[in-house]
Amino acid sequence: MTRKLLPLASALALLATPVMAEPLKIGLITTLSGPGAGLGIDIRDGFALALEQKGGKLGGQDTQVFEADDQQKPDVAVGLANRMVERDRVQVVTGIVWSNLALALMPTLAGAQTFFISPNAGPSQLAGAQCNPYFFNAAYQNDQIHEAVGQHVQDKGHKKVYLMAPNYPAGKDALAGFKRFYKGDVAGEVYTQVGQLDYAAELAQLKAAAPDAVYVFYPGGMGINFIKQYEQAGLKGAVPLFGPGFSFDQDILAAVGAAALGVKNSAQWSPDLDNPANKAFVAAFKAKYGRIPSMYAAQGYDSALLIDAAVKGVGGELKDKDKLRAAFKTAKVPSVRGEFTFNNNHYPIHNIYLREVVAGPDGAITNKTVATVFANHADAYAKDCPMK
Amino acid sequence: MDALLLAEQGLNGLQLGVMLFLMAAGLTLVFGIMDLINLAHGSFYMVGAYLTAALVPVLGNFPLALVAAVLLTALIGLAVEAVALRTLYRRDHLDQVLATFGLILFFNELVKIVFGPVPIFLNPPAALAGTVDLFGLKYPAFRLTILAVGIAVAVFLWLLIAKTRLGMLIRAGATNREMVMALGVDVRLLFGLVFALGCGLAGLAGAMAGPVLAVQVGMGEQILILTFVVIVIGGIGSIRGALVGALLVGIVDTMGRALLPSAFRMVMDAASANAAGAALASMAIYVLMAVVLAIKPKGLFPAA
Repeated sequence: MTRKLLPLASALALLATPVMAEPLKIGLITTLSGPGAGLGIDIRDGFALALEQKGGKLGGQDTQVFEADDQQKPDVAVGLANRMVERDRVQVVTGIVWSNLALALMPTLAGAQTFFISPNAGPSQLAGAQCNPYFFNAAYQNDQIHEAVGQHVQDKGHKKVYLMAPNYPAGKDALAGFKRFYKGDVAGEVYTQVGQLDYAAELAQLKAAAPDAVYVFYPGGMGINFIKQYEQAGLKGAVPLFGPGFSFDQDILAAVGAAALGVKNSAQWSPDLDNPANKAFVAAFKAKYGRIPSMYAAQGYDSALLIDAAVKGVGGELKDKDKLRAAFKTAKVPSVRGEFTFNNNHYPIHNIYLREVVAGPDGAITNKTVATVFANHADAYAKDCPMK
Repeated sequence: MDALLLAEQGLNGLQLGVMLFLMAAGLTLVFGIMDLINLAHGSFYMVGAYLTAALVPVLGNFPLALVAAVLLTALIGLAVEAVALRTLYRRDHLDQVLATFGLILFFNELVKIVFGPVPIFLNPPAALAGTVDLFGLKYPAFRLTILAVGIAVAVFLWLLIAKTRLGMLIRAGATNREMVMALGVDVRLLFGLVFALGCGLAGLAGAMAGPVLAVQVGMGEQILILTFVVIVIGGIGSIRGALVGALLVGIVDTMGRALLPSAFRMVMDAASANAAGAALASMAIYVLMAVVLAIKPKGLFPAA
């Protein structure tokens, strides 16, 4: 009798347990080797910190992270994305640092109905006419950062600004973004080779043009080369230098030291930003990794919090993509930059701050918030995006 | 453009040329004498820069750190030669390219493990951090130092190769290796010394470039391409060729970047002039290389 009942009982027991929600699988594709590795590692570490604080469960859901190195190469990133959507069946991909990689990945991820949460790359294409229902940017739209310095330089009454950037699409967008809000004269607009080492020739021309301010967009190693040489040429005290936050962030400051002191730059976040979420984040990051977080680390952290909020919003039910999208769009994220909302193109509307490079109390070179340039700033491309 | 600016640009060109010469001298020496294509030359440049950056805080003094870093780089070169490269001399160039490319990956990962992925700090010593007044021209003092060090290295190499017994063997080895071996010279030792010298020179280039450029993983590959352009223009294996090639590349590159955009602005609107000038300036040295190779296929001063 009992024997016969056993199968029935176990079948009943199976029915009685609530339907187990499927585990959350996230692909973290980022740059972990080569000259750009510092940025990817910060994104990964920021993301890992948030996941750890949530007890390994984003949105209360068992979370599995598939981490891979894209080597800063679009073809490698696409290969990894293919593997992750087909074999590992991830529902979300994040980690991408570079705009050109983001653009390369988008068709694969949209085709597989996989959400792409960008922790950094914010190309204008994905903000405007080619905006995508499967793309969300948790960081910024590239131009927003340059626009803020343009506004600041305009407000300060500079009349003759010299502009420099690498000769590639992001460099041209940078200077266009700056000029959208700066209305004075341009003393010179110079595009240099991508990866250029020596700027002596350009600095001599710059000095001869006698501008009253300089705006440069030089990410990574190019930024370090430029800032060192700008100081050594005796220009640092003579002509004020401005740049976007990513040319004067923690990854670069450690390498240039005092040469960057006093430079005003812009970002949606700063390590000293005064809100409880940020204070807790900066303290936890320093305790865990022993260094000051960069904006990339903050963005990686925010990306994890965004996924957490959205998954919670749908109660762990990840199959219905429309519901999940709505949950992403309306997610209340306790972001370290303070409050932000998503625009119709899935890019953030948020404050952009002016920061200054200072020596902190312990002597470490870092950024200090000095003003809010834009409150609730939306990007210039959202109007071209057909999404509502 | 006035004369003072032109003079400054000329100086910038010379200085870039001298920095390239420090790299090219070692590369061309190793290739000319040992017939070894060493793609990992840039890795020794990186090692030199990292060691200098690491030793400055320890030794508290830039020149001392530089000397120690150069010697250490040469020692590392000696070890790499003995462990990895000695078996490759008899293999063809493709095998050498593959093996030394592997060394690039090895050194990049090693440096990342030891020093971390983020670029590290290295500034010129305080005494050389400012500018010097040269007849009304304010020029960075450290760049003048690079110029002086480069000239000193050129003189040292000339003395070494033209006046010493080791130099005689090096010249003989470059001309006819088999004959030198047949005469009972310990070629294994000679090659080890030459390779260590090449690595030391790359380390010196890295130590001198570190305060001006980003000290980061992969910094060697960026300059390696320029260095190959230099030794191809100069003639592979020739120190004199490396010097002339490096100065030519330095001056053409600097002048191209300084003059082309303003030259284009005379004939077209500013936006297209900026774009065309920037594009052409980045091609200038490759055009130079193509022209030199068309006229002298073995470079300006072929070794043999």
